[in-house]
Amino acid sequence: MTRSPTTRSSTTRSSTRIAVPLALAGAAVALYYLSQQSRAGHPPDSAPGRTARQSWFGDYKVAGRSVTIAAPRQELFQRWTDPSALAGFMENVRSVEEGPDGTWRWVVAGPAGTEVKLVTRVVEARKGEFLAWRSVAGSEIEAEGKVFFHDAPAGRGTVVEAIIAYQPPGGTIGHWIAKAFRADPRLQGRHELKRLKMLVETGEIATSANRREERT
Amino acid sequence: MRALTFQGTHDVRVETVPDPEIVNPRDAIIEITSTAICGSDLHLYAGVIPGLQKGDILGHEFMGRVVDVGPGSSLRKGDRVVVPFTISCGGCFFCQLGQFSACDNSNPVEKQDASEAVYGHAVSGLFGFSHMTGGYPGGQAQYARVPFSDVGPIVVPDGVPDEQVLFLSDILPTGWMAAENAQIQPGDTVAVWGCGPVGLFAVQSALIMGAGRVIAIDHHPHRLDLARGLGAEVIDYTQTHVLEALMEMSGGIGPDAVIDAVGMESHGFAPDNVLDTLKQKVLPGTDRGHVLRMALMAVRKGGRVSIPGVYGGMVDKFPMGALMQKGVEVRTGQTHVQRYTRDLLNRIMEGQIDTTFLISHRLPLEEAAEGYRNFRDNQNEWTKVVLKP
Repeated sequence: MTRSPTTRSSTTRSSTRIAVPLALAGAAVALYYLSQQSRAGHPPDSAPGRTARQSWFGDYKVAGRSVTIAAPRQELFQRWTDPSALAGFMENVRSVEEGPDGTWRWVVAGPAGTEVKLVTRVVEARKGEFLAWRSVAGSEIEAEGKVFFHDAPAGRGTVVEAIIAYQPPGGTIGHWIAKAFRADPRLQGRHELKRLKMLVETGEIATSANRREERT
Repeated sequence: MRALTFQGTHDVRVETVPDPEIVNPRDAIIEITSTAICGSDLHLYAGVIPGLQKGDILGHEFMGRVVDVGPGSSLRKGDRVVVPFTISCGGCFFCQLGQFSACDNSNPVEKQDASEAVYGHAVSGLFGFSHMTGGYPGGQAQYARVPFSDVGPIVVPDGVPDEQVLFLSDILPTGWMAAENAQIQPGDTVAVWGCGPVGLFAVQSALIMGAGRVIAIDHHPHRLDLARGLGAEVIDYTQTHVLEALMEMSGGIGPDAVIDAVGMESHGFAPDNVLDTLKQKVLPGTDRGHVLRMALMAVRKGGRVSIPGVYGGMVDKFPMGALMQKGVEVRTGQTHVQRYTRDLLNRIMEGQIDTTFLISHRLPLEEAAEGYRNFRDNQNEWTKVVLKP
């Protein structure tokens, strides 16, 4: 089921119609397995599934990260669901726009200066609490994700937990190439959550650049 | 502008680089009037701190006048300020607790990966240090860009000379926090390793906090004299068995608190230190822990160990048994400078603390390289170098 951005253009419409739901079913299975993982003879522990020693689930990689931000859940949820706010902290997002059919069309930086197109649809949302999305027809990668917003303990604000299950273009090799070029979703996700935290808590994103044009 | 840049191990040069400008809303640009070379700059100079790059502007003890401000700064053009070496946002969980040097938001995101891998957590941003701590251009320069300028810099009155307040940027609060971490009770005996600037300020602070006796340990006669001048008793480790002396000078009890103001490049020819020195030359990230080992051996049962000395990597042959069996408490960390600046400025203004005794040399910025060389090679006489841009 693995497809790379280069083969994507040759895929016909009809095969896309079959391929996308199949891939999404795969991602759903991966996320399910993740929640059920346990070693034979060992009962499941309390740790989140993404910290399991197993890192591939079928064709899928799963990455996730949580960050605590000193702000209320509603405010963070709102930022996460506003396309113009997203580009402010997601550095690898070249552009994101909302289509008339309710899908979001993303252009995301891939390894070595490439670009990856992603079309997503929100499949479930509970305001201020939870958001689930998945890729739909027109995407060059298969992915689905969930974002949870919980109250942090002791009045520390909100724990934002973002999880993504995706098929790295090019399978294992593609994954390592992406990692080498720092376009790995695990790393990107970690960076983006930290940027969101900076933006919300300080009003700016820290940089050591001494001049505006040096800012990366 | 002119700025002191790192070019390689034991190679620093003043070069012309682009002037800084306002990049983020809370920034201020400072025209630097005085800046100092810190003992921790010598660790950078020696090339034992990972993550330094050719061309980096060094310096993290500086003060000057505000010449430009972003819309989010609380400073005004013309304000005279001392800038803490720690960069802190003031709003995150850690800053709110007063743990400013643990700020979550001052180290640029893409620079946080290294310390997250090496230390388990990303460290905060520091001026003029490693790229692990943000790679922020430092203050041994004509100008510096100061992020979060509404939180860090402390405004100082016009009448007071630079040299009385410059050390609020690092070494005075660092010596003060070292003594605070030693949790001194009235009448305590406190041993301080290292009579560099931080060690001397720790001696001064410990006495202000009520220590009965402070015993300072070094090998440079002039530095030991400075410690004596502050009211300390001294041990020259080239003359005396330090552990035995500390036991005998404290009636067989041992010091109630010990302060390691030396850090990762301890001197001397003790067997462990010779081995550590060889290893440090071959392997990055291995620290020379001789002083720390000795401090842990010297401290009394149930005593306190305070570590203001800088460490960056691993220490082996660590006397964990002594730590556990004696029930010793250890406190350390980069200084939460912003926690102390106001109180210490008041103490300076009231005449309780004088820091100018430390300054041995004043040089123009253009001669900074000579300052580094001498601060490293002639430690007896060169106790503190202040540079004038």
